[in-house]
Amino acid sequence: MPSGARSEVLIVGASVAGLSTAGTLRDEGFPGGITMIGDEDALPYGRPPLSKQILSGEWPIDESALCTPAELDRLGIRLVRGTAAVSLDPSERVVTTASGDDMRYGTLVVATGASARRPPYGDGLGGVHCLRTRADATALRADLATARHAVVAGAGVLGSEIAAGLRKLGLAVTLVGRSPELRLAQAGALLSPLIARLHREHGVDLRLGEEVVALRGADRVSAARLSGGDVIETDLVVAAIGCVPNTGWLSSSGLDVSNGVVCDSAGRAAPGVFAAGDVAAWTDPATGIPARVGHQLNAAEQAQIVARTIATGAVPTAQPVPFFWSELFGTKIQVFGRCDGVSLDTIAGDTSSGRFVAAVQRDGVVTGIVGWNMPRDFRIARERVGRPAEGLDRSRQRVH
Amino acid sequence: MDVTVNKPACVGAGQCALVAGELFDQDDDGIVIMLKPTIGPSDEATVRRAATLCPARAIRIAE
Ligand SMILES: Cc1cc2nc3c(=O)[nH]c(=O)nc-3n(C[C@H](O)[C@H](O)[C@H](O)COP(=O)(O)OP(=O)(O)OC[C@H]3O[C@@H](n4cnc5c(N)ncnc54)[C@H](O)[C@@H]3O)c2cc1C
Ligand code: SF4
Repeated sequence: MPSGARSEVLIVGASVAGLSTAGTLRDEGFPGGITMIGDEDALPYGRPPLSKQILSGEWPIDESALCTPAELDRLGIRLVRGTAAVSLDPSERVVTTASGDDMRYGTLVVATGASARRPPYGDGLGGVHCLRTRADATALRADLATARHAVVAGAGVLGSEIAAGLRKLGLAVTLVGRSPELRLAQAGALLSPLIARLHREHGVDLRLGEEVVALRGADRVSAARLSGGDVIETDLVVAAIGCVPNTGWLSSSGLDVSNGVVCDSAGRAAPGVFAAGDVAAWTDPATGIPARVGHQLNAAEQAQIVARTIATGAVPTAQPVPFFWSELFGTKIQVFGRCDGVSLDTIAGDTSSGRFVAAVQRDGVVTGIVGWNMPRDFRIARERVGRPAEGLDRSRQRVH
Repeated sequence: MDVTVNKPACVGAGQCALVAGELFDQDDDGIVIMLKPTIGPSDEATVRRAATLCPARAIRIAE
């Protein structure tokens, strides 16, 4: 191994988690070399606008960029774009790329994120899309010009956002979800009635408890058949049926990649190997269970913890608190903390006005806060998480 | 210290306002607002902290 290599950090995956790792290493005064390799051709960009401002055409695609080449230069971060890692040998501390280069490292950060789960239908048919990357967004945008009706498969947050975006553009939209509820990140089904109301108010044809089972069409899709038997004429299908962690390149590494890269509660996967972001399953110290989280702030916070551990050697104690936001039909929805409780107690605004902040509690303690079109009040209310629920105003109405 | 906020990049997460409420606020859409036109030496560490925590790297410091 070349001398000095141990002071080099190699980051695989050049998106939110990768870039936040690199930036925080420098913020923490890390003096060694930092190389980041990513298989996409674009500069690091954020994905959230892809299903929001970029889908609706409000932003040009370049607005999603997270940094400029000048900034990377100033921070001393070497970015190798359009290059995939294909294997890892953690004992030799070597990553091999698709072009056959061996890259040695002192510390490796795996930040390869996730890919859209491909649907079992529509192979080779025009008008059928997923939405995960800039390239996906560009292809979807290009196909919109001629589309009049869209079927969105998958009623998680991404499916909801895409349905809302396509409605905004004037398409007739059918949103199909396998589960009987609309799910929103860690709020689960808690907000389902409110989200369903938003969709219906805006003219989305909601088909919950059903699935797309087959598509028809010669070159381009012309209809979708649902499990309930209905056939819906459509010229666009967008599948938002989840994502799978990008761990294929690690299959021979010996790392545990049974559900993403399994890590301890500080992101360590093996000696000299960390993982952060959508690809990583950090162990929850409270439950001992490793879990993946698919949100941008989580990716950034895990990256910061990993970078601090690498730069300072100090083992962090604080765990990232899940935070998620979305925008549907102009409604800003924010969820902080854990929301597996059963009820929402409003603490500001009210649900009928379409603006509120509510708390979720469990065993007398506030575990999560939901904000609905009240970002500032939401931010203030976040400080209640972890505190006793007694202070909640019991006279306020319950959401359901 | 020259600080700029990149509003299009801002995701409205409010990390900045949480750690540096005297320097950053959010508008009704949750998008960052800078409360002071210039950042004096006494605020520099706080700004750096907010910039580091910002999940969108929307707060930029040019030295
Ligand atoms: C359309 C859309 C909208 C979203 N909206 C929101 C939202 O509103 N709020 C929210 O909190 N989150 C949202 N998310 C989720 C958020 O984007 C992710 O949590 C975040 O991107 C995770 O960042 P990451 O860096 O861990 O992984 P990724 O962003 O997936 O990046 C991983 C990178 O690594 C690259 N890579 C993969 N394998 C290799 C390899 N072998 N070699 C080299 N490079 C590789 C990938 O191509 C990619 O560029 C959204 C996601 C999508 C797709
Ligand atoms: S922390 Fe960053 S993303 Fe969040 S509100 Fe402030 S500037 Fe915007």
